[in-house]
Amino acid sequence: MDTAYLSTPHAVRSSEAKPLVCVRHVSKQFANGTLAVRDVNLHLGAGEFISLLGPSGCGKSTLLRMIAGLGAPSTGTIEWPTTSHDASGEPDRDLGFVFQDPTLMPWATALGNVMMPLTLKGVRKSQAQERAAEMLALVGLKGFEKSYPRELSGGMRMRVSIARGLVLRPKILLMDEPFAALDEITRHRLNDDLLELWWKERFTAVFVTHSVFESVYLSKRIVVMAARPGRVMADLDVDAPYPRDDLFRTSPEYAHLCRVVSGKLKEAIGS
Amino acid sequence: MSALPTPAPAHDGTDAEARPVFATEPRILGLPASAWPRLLAPIVIGVLALGLWEFLVRWKEIPPYVLPGPLLIGQTLIADWGTLSGSLWITLRITFMALAAAVIVGVALAVLFTQSKWLEMSLLPYAVILQVTPIVAIAPLIIIWAGDINLSLLICAWIVAFFPILSNTILGLNSADHNLINLFQLYGATRWQTLRHLKLPAALPYFLAGLKISGGLALIGAVVAEFVAGTGGSSSGLAYRILEAGYQLKIPRVFAALIMISLSGIAIFLATSWISHLLLRRWHESALKREN
Repeated sequence: MDTAYLSTPHAVRSSEAKPLVCVRHVSKQFANGTLAVRDVNLHLGAGEFISLLGPSGCGKSTLLRMIAGLGAPSTGTIEWPTTSHDASGEPDRDLGFVFQDPTLMPWATALGNVMMPLTLKGVRKSQAQERAAEMLALVGLKGFEKSYPRELSGGMRMRVSIARGLVLRPKILLMDEPFAALDEITRHRLNDDLLELWWKERFTAVFVTHSVFESVYLSKRIVVMAARPGRVMADLDVDAPYPRDDLFRTSPEYAHLCRVVSGKLKEAIGS
Repeated sequence: MSALPTPAPAHDGTDAEARPVFATEPRILGLPASAWPRLLAPIVIGVLALGLWEFLVRWKEIPPYVLPGPLLIGQTLIADWGTLSGSLWITLRITFMALAAAVIVGVALAVLFTQSKWLEMSLLPYAVILQVTPIVAIAPLIIIWAGDINLSLLICAWIVAFFPILSNTILGLNSADHNLINLFQLYGATRWQTLRHLKLPAALPYFLAGLKISGGLALIGAVVAEFVAGTGGSSSGLAYRILEAGYQLKIPRVFAALIMISLSGIAIFLATSWISHLLLRRWHESALKREN
């Protein structure tokens, strides 16, 4: 098999700088006995764009939430080697989170929603407003500061949600199938803009998706997961260079990469 | 590491055009055109009914101590305005004080209950008992215990009014979006911040629904309690005027007082609806007007 663009599994690769997050032997069993995630090992390097790809029920969202600190793993540890820890040993997780739904506060304007993390961190109002407005402009929503969520389209709401996730300039942005509910055209545009943001802002992106095409288009690295129990099946590097645009989306390399990743995903589903 | 081309602004096509269209209606005399039938239809029905009533009373020669006609009731309302308006003021004062107390205690208890499951488990049953016990049955006890008649009327009206606010606000505080709660958790929000920025705003529509119900109930509570108390003297509300006029067979006056109570109830309902509309119109689905 030709692996010009898809290199060897990640673990074998010569180690770079210290990873941002180390997931070690993490399993998660829910109270009802479901084993959502089994023995996952994963290192998230600074500046990477990583997709967690898998069928529904493979525990990719659960894994993402555990990385965010929402629900502790049943066994194993999630370490943040490069961040400071508070007195109780909790790491100062410097992250933003984008849910599958925009999850905006309907009573607050777009600006108010993006300001929320700043307000909670005790940033002065005038400063928070300025920062939030900048962030809205960055996601292409200049002029919609005073709009309420219900006055915005689905794609625009998701942009507000991404702006909120990035407003504290986190080291890592976790996204849980953020574009799954959007139409194809809006999704393509948001994919492009997300890549552009990632390129500019230099955060680490972890992107949960069940779309092979989306994951190949966006990612530096794709973690393929299998379901029941959720586990990592393959860890693939996508070596196509950035910036990526429509030219890449229609190139033979892209088609080839999608075929290879689809194959891996099929293996994962069949296993 | 070449720079990416700058993206076109997002609001140039698919996205912006997919935004909901908000209907703008033509206005007649300052009111939206669609509001007029809603305003006029009940008025027309009311006028027709009153006309029929007056006609029947005159045609059948029904004596005024059995059923007075609307014209006679109107005359009585004007003639007795001095006494009646004084009583109206007393009843309304108790109503509004009871409603204010219901709002304060209801919201405070709801907040306490959502902060501590233990408090809710131990106290909510008693709030329910208070709610389901007929106020007519406990009013005499309250009057004996409280000593002061105005205070006992206030307590009775408050008991009737406070439960809808309590139970609606509890529901509202617990119905904040779960992902938003997670997000607040992620950003290390304190309990107070979560309450102030997330739970209270999420509870607002529910609280307002409770307020609409409680506004009417406070008035009913005030009137019912006064019926039971049967107070006399200078500080007597509308219920006492009804009792008094009934004994004296001044039936037109009974009707006049009844009308004042009904109109007060309608005014309270309109006022609470208006407050609700003002607070929710920008964001809540209930105030959303969309073109299909």
